[in-house]
Amino acid sequence: MTESSNMQATVQAITTALKDKPGALLPILHAIQDSIGYVPAESVPAIAKALNLSRAEVHGVISFYHYFRESKPGNHTIYLCRAESCQAMGGKKLEQHIKDSLGIDFHETTADGEFSLEPVYCLGNCACSPAMQIGTEIYGRVSADSFDTTINETKELA
Amino acid sequence: MSITIYVPCDSSAISLGADRVAIAIAKEAEKRNITIQLIRNSSRGLFWLEPLVEVATAEGRLAYGPVQVGDVASLFDANFVQGGTHPLLLGLTEELDYLKKQQRLTFARCGITDPVNLDDYIAHEGYRGLSNALKMSQADIVKTVTDSGLRGRGGAAFPTGIKWNTVLGTPSEQKYIICNADEGDSGTFSDRMAMEGDPFVLIEGMTIAGIAVGANQGYIYLRVEYPHAHKALNTAIEKAYQAGYLGDNIQGSGKTFNLEVRLGAGAYICGEETSLMESLEGKRGLVRFKPPLPAISGLFGKPTVVNNVISLASVPIILDKGGDYYRDFGMGRSRGTLPLQLAGNIKHAGLVELAFGMTLRELLYDFGGGTASGRPIKAVQVGGPLGAYLPESQFDTPLDYEAFAANWTVLGHGGVVVFDDTANMAEMARYNMEFCAIESCGKCTPCRIGSTRGYEVLDDIIAGRELSKNVPLLRDLCNTLLNGSLCALGGMTPYPVLSALNNFPEDFGIDEKAGAA
Repeated sequence: MTESSNMQATVQAITTALKDKPGALLPILHAIQDSIGYVPAESVPAIAKALNLSRAEVHGVISFYHYFRESKPGNHTIYLCRAESCQAMGGKKLEQHIKDSLGIDFHETTADGEFSLEPVYCLGNCACSPAMQIGTEIYGRVSADSFDTTINETKELA
Repeated sequence: MSITIYVPCDSSAISLGADRVAIAIAKEAEKRNITIQLIRNSSRGLFWLEPLVEVATAEGRLAYGPVQVGDVASLFDANFVQGGTHPLLLGLTEELDYLKKQQRLTFARCGITDPVNLDDYIAHEGYRGLSNALKMSQADIVKTVTDSGLRGRGGAAFPTGIKWNTVLGTPSEQKYIICNADEGDSGTFSDRMAMEGDPFVLIEGMTIAGIAVGANQGYIYLRVEYPHAHKALNTAIEKAYQAGYLGDNIQGSGKTFNLEVRLGAGAYICGEETSLMESLEGKRGLVRFKPPLPAISGLFGKPTVVNNVISLASVPIILDKGGDYYRDFGMGRSRGTLPLQLAGNIKHAGLVELAFGMTLRELLYDFGGGTASGRPIKAVQVGGPLGAYLPESQFDTPLDYEAFAANWTVLGHGGVVVFDDTANMAEMARYNMEFCAIESCGKCTPCRIGSTRGYEVLDDIIAGRELSKNVPLLRDLCNTLLNGSLCALGGMTPYPVLSALNNFPEDFGIDEKAGAA
C-alpha cells in the first residue's frame, strides 16, 4: 500500500471505531494524531462524513486547539513551558538558549527533521521550574547545560 | 521484617530523576542479594526534597532525599534498608516540619499509598464516604455537602452544595457529572498531584456526586499536558469497575455510575466550564452565554454538575466524617482546607494543605523559606495567570476568598508564584496580555482584539513612548476587557496587568504610585 492509502485506512479504522461516542470528534483527532503523528488535511473529509459535519467544522476544531497539528513534526517534540512560574526561574533565558542552539523558533522543526519546538502553558511542574517535556518525558529545573545534555542523550538514543 | 522501599512516581519527582532512582535501587538490591518490595508511591509534595525515598521501619517511614542515582550505592553501604544513617537521611517523614504543620484532608493519602492499588486505598479509609452515601437519600447527601461549606476550588468559589441541589431539582432522564481537570494555571499543580497520587479519591467523589444528583455518566475532562495523570486515572477506573465501584449496581446498591476520561487539546479556555462542555461535545471551545446555567442545561443540553478536581476529591472525606467535621476548618465563609501550591522562585516549593485563614506571609516564609535565589521577594502572583500581583504590603492578607476579593486580588485555585527583585513587572504585564491574545476563544471583541492591542500598548510603554497617552489608554482598555467579556479570561486579564501597573509603577517608567484600580 502507498503511504497515502495506508493513512486513509488508519483514519477510516479510527473513525469507524469511535464515531458513535458522544462528542466523538476530539477522541478521533487524538487517536489519529497518536497513530500518524499529526492530523493530515486528507483525513478531514473522511472525519466530516463519518460525523455528519461539514469539512469547515472539522477544520475549525483542528485549528482551534494548540495541540493538534496539521503537518508532520520532527522525530522529537520539545514542549517548553512559557508560563509565569517558569519565567520566575529563568524560563526566558532558557527559551532563548533552546531557540539559538536548535536554530528554530516555536512551531518550527530543525532542518534534519530531528526536533520540533512547541510552547506550552504549564506542564504542572511549577514546583520544579523551569520545565520542559520531550516526547512523553518530563524534565524539571532545566538549565542551559542540562538541556544540552538531554538533547545529546536523545540524539544518541535515536 | 520484610523490607519496603518507596520511590515516588509523581511526574514532578520523575522530572527530577525518580524513575532512574527506582531502577538503580532495584538493581543494587539484586546485586547485593537483598530482597526488597519497591512501591511507587506518589509525592508528599515536598518538591525540593524529591526524589524522596522512604524506608518502612518499626518507628514509621524514614525519609532520604533528595536521592540521585549516584547516591544509591552509598545508601546501601550505609544500610539504609534498615534505616541506617546517611547524609541524606531526613528523619521520620511524618515528623518533617513542612508536613507536620499541615492539615491534610483532601491529600491525606497522597504520597502514602500506592496510587493505583485499590486495596491500599480501602485500607486507608477509602470508599467510606461512598459507603455512607449509599445508605442516604439524595437530598441528605446534598445537604451534607451544603453543610460542609465546600465551595468550588477551581476559582469562582461557588458553593458546591447549591450547584448540586439545582441539578438534583431539575427533572431529566439524563444528567452528567463533569470533573474539570483542565487545571492550566501557572503555579497550580494540586489537581495533577491528586489525580496522579490518589486517583480513587476523585473517582469516589464523582460517584457520590452522581448518586446524589441522579447522574449515571461522568466525564473527567483532562488536559493533554498531564500524561501521567491520564495513565493513573485510566488504571484506577478500570480497577474500580472490576471491583464493582463503578458501572451497574454499585456495591449491590442498584445504583449506576459510569466514568470516562476525555482529553483536551491544549486550550486554556477549555478550563472555563461552558467552553469545556463545548469541547466535550466535539466543538471548538467557545464560551457559552449564561443563562442557562450548566446545572439546568449543560452537556448535550442536560443538567450537569461541573466541579473542579479538588472540589470533587474533597467530597469523600465530607461524606465519611460529616459536614460539620469539614466545616470546622477554616474562617468566615471559606470553610475546610485549601491545598496551596508554592511555585516559582521559592526555596521550598511544594503543596501545603491548610485550613483557610493563614496569611500569605506565613506561607511564603514559614513554609516557603523565601526565594530560591536568596534575593528579596518582589511580587507574588496568586490564583494563576488571571490573578493579581501582590506587593510586600499585601502579604499579611489572610488566605480567605473574601479577604482576597476585598483587596482586588483572587485566591482562585491556590497557586502561588513567587518573583524575586530581578523580575520586571511591566514585562510580566505584557506577557499576561500576550497570553490572553494566544488563548482567547475569540467570541468577545474586547478579549479577542483588546488583548492584542494590550500588548502593543505595553510594548510602547516599555519602550518609553508617549507614556502620558499610553498609560491611560492601557487603563481604558483594561476597563473594557473587565466589563465587556463573557468569561474570566478577558474579564480578569486586567487583574495582573493593572496590579502590576498600580503596585510597581517604576517598572513602567512612571514615578508616582498611581491610584487604585
